[in-house]
Amino acid sequence: MSRHRWELAVEMLIEWVIRLCGISAIIFVFGIFYFVFREGAGLLFSGRFSLAQFFTNIEWYPTSQSHVRYGGLALIVGTFSVTVLAMVIAVPFGLCAAIFVSEFCGPRLRETLKIIIELLAAIPSVVWGFVGLTLMNSVIISLFDTPIGLNVLNGGIILALMSVPIIVSIGEDALKAVPDTYREAALALGATRWQMVYRVLLPAAKNGLLAAVLLGVGRAVGETMAVLMATGHSVRIPTSALDPVRTLTATIAAELGESSVGSDHYQVLFIVGILLFSITFVVNLSADLIVRGIRGKA
Amino acid sequence: MNQPVEFSIQTKGLNLWYGNFQALRDVSLNVRHGLITSLIGPSGCGKTTLLRCFNRINERYGSVKTEGEIKVLEKNIYDSDISLIELRKAVGMVFQRPNPMPISIYENVVFGLRLHHERSELHKADLDVAVESALTEVGLWKNTKDRLKENALTLQLEQQQKLCIARLIPLKPEVILMDEPCSALDVDGTRAIEELMFRLKGRYTILIVTHNMAQARRVSDECVFMLLGELIEHLPTEELFSNPQNPKTADYIEGRFG
Repeated sequence: MSRHRWELAVEMLIEWVIRLCGISAIIFVFGIFYFVFREGAGLLFSGRFSLAQFFTNIEWYPTSQSHVRYGGLALIVGTFSVTVLAMVIAVPFGLCAAIFVSEFCGPRLRETLKIIIELLAAIPSVVWGFVGLTLMNSVIISLFDTPIGLNVLNGGIILALMSVPIIVSIGEDALKAVPDTYREAALALGATRWQMVYRVLLPAAKNGLLAAVLLGVGRAVGETMAVLMATGHSVRIPTSALDPVRTLTATIAAELGESSVGSDHYQVLFIVGILLFSITFVVNLSADLIVRGIRGKA
Repeated sequence: MNQPVEFSIQTKGLNLWYGNFQALRDVSLNVRHGLITSLIGPSGCGKTTLLRCFNRINERYGSVKTEGEIKVLEKNIYDSDISLIELRKAVGMVFQRPNPMPISIYENVVFGLRLHHERSELHKADLDVAVESALTEVGLWKNTKDRLKENALTLQLEQQQKLCIARLIPLKPEVILMDEPCSALDVDGTRAIEELMFRLKGRYTILIVTHNMAQARRVSDECVFMLLGELIEHLPTEELFSNPQNPKTADYIEGRFG
């Protein structure tokens, strides 16, 4: 009898532990948002900081002795330009690779490719940054005859290489989710494989492919270490892909350690964090809603 | 071809392997032009495999090996001068589960035309005519003419299957292969598809795989019984059911195994 009750108690305990693990993600997301917001909120509502200035001014002088200015526009443009360039490279490349892996290659090559692509996704970002700092830097210098190769182009290429594995693996899942009966229907009507892909599979998988792209974007916006090392870290609005820039993420990483806790500078970095968090949150949420949209219909 | 062909499909000594498994053994079959021929037999007897040879859609899977001769409309389909695309235009296929594409009803019907013609060759008026005549032929026009732009997946299953037949028609096929076309449908849907088959008979050679012996008896002119990859017997349907020559056929149609 007592043994029975003991087992029941253990059962209950295990169930609660599992439940707690399950909902912990919600606690973490809201917890992080709360702490980041709390650290930045003091300055945000103090009157010494103007959101309008933050979004429109390009002068970022957080440590100036005479006149402190928190103009975040150059940083926003920096993040935006590197991300856009990365996506211009990564989206066509990643989607083509996903189509190849899912539809055109044999089963053995497919398995090999999938393993290698996952390996590529697992490379630490600092290693990518190192590749940007040394290899890409010298390649860009010799190809474009510029004095320095740490710029938008370098960061964009590195970020593209980092986003491609995500786009490929999620895009491949989306294509695999298209029922095989659609493929057979198209082929039996005399479609070539490429006609089958662009007339049937791409329209049928478009939501999943869009989600893959958005998750790639989310990765690119949030990436820090690699862009810190590859973009040249200079606050300015780039006029060409060969100009160095600085991103939102790199600014936080580079400056947070040097600002004193609770100072205005410290708090403005947290405001930058809130902005980043909001961007990635919106991007990921829309990707998720899109994926859910596919499941809902199917 | 001025002379009407007697046989639409002919195979001689056809063997087929999936990897090491032999799915068809020395199948020699002549399918008469313009009639409905049914393929019956227990699960795994190779009837679907045989059907999928005739538009070479079996070749999707890398491990398939085929030996022997297959002639469709008197041409060897493995000859190098036969294009796979032309073959599949001439030999349409209807699948077990209705599989309209997830696009509009209209686009489903003209899908084949869009595949095989340049955009500049296709005029809206011609496409409209093709859609109307194909949907009329399968008896869908009345129900769908006001909703051609709707997604084909909004149709009932029976209508979806009719649409899958309708989309073959603009390509003017000679042969229609049907792989258990009614197995996903209810009694009314099955009856509707069977009636449609009668209407199509004569203009198209229809080869139907079915699990349902009663259906084979109802719809087909000739019937082929297969077992373990071999063709056991091929007779006019009434004769096969009333007076089978082979004791295995008799056992199967009387339900002693299956």
